Amino acid sequence: MLIGAFTWTEFAQQLAAGIREGAIYAGLALAIVIIYRSTRVINFAQGEMATFTTFIAWSLMNHGLSFWTAFPIVLAIAFTGGVAIERIVIRPVEDAPVLTIVIVTLGLALLLNGLMSVIWGGANRQFRGPFSTRTIDVGGVPISVQDIGIVLVSIGLVVLLALFFRLTKLGLALRASSVNPDSSRLVGIRVGWILALGWGIAAVLGAVAGMMIAPVVFLDPNMMQTILLYAFAAAVLGGLDSPIGAVVGGILLGVTITLLGRYVGFIGSTLKLPAALMLILVLLLVRPGGLFGRVVVRRV
Amino acid sequence: MKAKLVLELFGFAVLALIVAALPRFISDFRARELAIVGMYFIALLGLSILTGYSGQISLGHGAFMAIGGYTTAILSVDGIYGHQIRDLWTIPIAGVIAGIAGLLVGVPALRLSGLYLALITFGIAVSFPQLPKKFDHLFGGTTGKILNLAKPPFGLSTTTNNWMYYLTWGIALVLLVAASLLVRSGAGRALKAIRDSEVAATSSGISLARYKTMAFGISAFYAGVAGSLYAIANAYVNPDVFPIILSIYLVVGLAVGGLDSLIGLIAGAGLIYFLQNHADTVAGWINHLPALNLDPKQPGIPSMIFGVVLIVVMLLLPTGAGGLLRRVFRPLTGRIYTRS
Amino acid sequence: MSLLELHGVEARYGPVKALHGVSLQVGDGELVAVLGANGAGKTTTLRAISGTVRRSGDVVFAGKKLPRRPDATARAGIAHVPEGRGTFNELSVWENLRLGAYARRASVKKEAQRVYKFFPRLEDRRDQQAGTLSGGEQQMLALGRAMMARPRLLLLDEPSLGLAPMVVNQIFEALTRMKTDDGMSVLVVEQNANLALAHAARAYVLEVGNVVVEGTSDELRANESVRKSYLGY
Repeated sequence: MLIGAFTWTEFAQQLAAGIREGAIYAGLALAIVIIYRSTRVINFAQGEMATFTTFIAWSLMNHGLSFWTAFPIVLAIAFTGGVAIERIVIRPVEDAPVLTIVIVTLGLALLLNGLMSVIWGGANRQFRGPFSTRTIDVGGVPISVQDIGIVLVSIGLVVLLALFFRLTKLGLALRASSVNPDSSRLVGIRVGWILALGWGIAAVLGAVAGMMIAPVVFLDPNMMQTILLYAFAAAVLGGLDSPIGAVVGGILLGVTITLLGRYVGFIGSTLKLPAALMLILVLLLVRPGGLFGRVVVRRV
Repeated sequence: MKAKLVLELFGFAVLALIVAALPRFISDFRARELAIVGMYFIALLGLSILTGYSGQISLGHGAFMAIGGYTTAILSVDGIYGHQIRDLWTIPIAGVIAGIAGLLVGVPALRLSGLYLALITFGIAVSFPQLPKKFDHLFGGTTGKILNLAKPPFGLSTTTNNWMYYLTWGIALVLLVAASLLVRSGAGRALKAIRDSEVAATSSGISLARYKTMAFGISAFYAGVAGSLYAIANAYVNPDVFPIILSIYLVVGLAVGGLDSLIGLIAGAGLIYFLQNHADTVAGWINHLPALNLDPKQPGIPSMIFGVVLIVVMLLLPTGAGGLLRRVFRPLTGRIYTRS
Repeated sequence: MSLLELHGVEARYGPVKALHGVSLQVGDGELVAVLGANGAGKTTTLRAISGTVRRSGDVVFAGKKLPRRPDATARAGIAHVPEGRGTFNELSVWENLRLGAYARRASVKKEAQRVYKFFPRLEDRRDQQAGTLSGGEQQMLALGRAMMARPRLLLLDEPSLGLAPMVVNQIFEALTRMKTDDGMSVLVVEQNANLALAHAARAYVLEVGNVVVEGTSDELRANESVRKSYLGY
């Protein structure tokens, strides 16, 4: 079943690539978990929102800005967009059944996808990322600088987010609102706006994920679709309401899928996604809440 | 009670009459369109049993349609041991195989709740198109398989499209009756009990496992039949015939039409067909608004239109046309989203 | 003019009307009790004030009409400790207290010290998850959280429910101290009428969504039907 020869060098490279893939999934999975935790909504538009902001970055860079100049601008736009979407599109149906809200996010995904095609066209584009594509020698193994950069940025983002949630008043308010919105109102928290803040943060996470992955794959309107699926899988794997789970799940999934795809001939590259699905399914049978999720025990 | 039954029988008779008589008044092409609407209707009927009656969300029923379609294709083209099977007879076989697949999915689905199940089924929908590419000797890979053109049996002298219309809606009516009987039976009551409160149902001795997997199997059977019919009408199958988005369309059709209203399901089926194939008409209507000038052929415009329509419809009709969404999903939702 | 005035407030849960026009007042620094049997509408009255349930009819607080939303009410200076305490069970004790001071610009550490003085056990458990605390400790935490807000009016729902008498005493002592130290007013709903009247200056008795008796504690204790129905002698 194994294809090709096995060398430790290549294994290390595959591992690195897997970690890098996993870091991207983790970022998007974190966005999904944040929205799910606070609003119990699965945002099917997360990927398209990320791609959209990446296109904006591309446009800005096309007008002469450097990556790192455009970066904070795009994040600000993403944040505003996320907040706006929550307030304008989600708020009207916040009392509606979950299926309705899911369909609204699906509609949003379609809308954004179409809009991207209309504004920028469907052709593939090169996206010049901030990291060079050369490789450096890590203990005898050539590893791409870009991969290292992507992982570092993702780690940095997760750390920042963790600090935000643990230390700041707003972060506490967001956590409180997702745990107990009624009591949150009783202490004076404007829960609606806090949840919009959650969407804004999620949009920022998506924007970063998009700008990280775009140099690796080509930038086109459908860029994030497969990645979103892997991100869903990672989020479910880690437990839909656990941010730690999203990160761990993402990395685990990225590494496992990359190694399986390379070393198990049967899976190759066509069956990577179904393989991921199977793994998750098996895990869920054993741990219905995912790795770190809470299983809600209902007392009769 | 009796009066209600009589009324429903009457309504059914009217529907059957309309179905039977309609082709006389419509063009051949329209008959084909209505046939395809009928196939979506069959799939939605099954999905409504799953989601509307046992409360399980599936975002992957396109996969079951694909199973049905491919079964029909393989059996009628390759046959068993070289013996080709007439496309008509493959329909029930396709349904059964899809139904078995549904049972297989239904078992692990028991351990998953609400959105976890939705995501896993979504994963199935996405993963499934990869399988024909992998096992291409059986499934024909990306080119797929080409079937013989559907011929009316017994040398009946109708056009192919009319034949498909009658075949589809004939089967649809039969399956509709079957679904009604199911809903009225003990099994149907058990499903409704499960939907309203799993805890209460279990305490009354209802086996969740049995009925929830049964619901999955039945709904998959319906989807398989629909897929089989679609393959016959299309005269070929390949991964693009049952794309990922089909599963989404099905759920959308279900949600917009309302979960168990008959008219709603037909409307939902119509909506799916309409949005898939008539984005240009919608664009034409929109172009009547001042200041908007959309070219429907431009890639991206159909998606945008579909997306906006979805959002607007759900904003206006959050409980779906049939109004049952709220009743079904209150027990499923851990709602915390209240106004502030 | 009183700190809090209700004028013919009505409230409903869906089709069921729970309050049929309740009028009451709470003065500055007063502890007022709301008594009544189960289902009389006591909890609903508090919810109507804080805006947790939809109400019609005016609530006037410190001379201004109170908005009908819980977060606005909290920011106006009313702290509501609901039935079931409403603690953030998955957050720590310290985080619960911190949330209590959300609407204020005060030093959280200093305010928390004040709470710890009243309830030393909370300081011992400050990093523990609130859901793992005992019933009495959770009530203390709920009260402590309300204290962090330094409210002008405290709405307290069934503080004695399920608690040992010693703990209940601790709680009422803390309430009295807050009253005298900060001039805080308290509107407390209690099923334990004896306990309530022992600490309250005035009380209202509710029956099926209406105020049927009102007066000072002494007056109520002297009222024969109140004694028979609620005080047990």
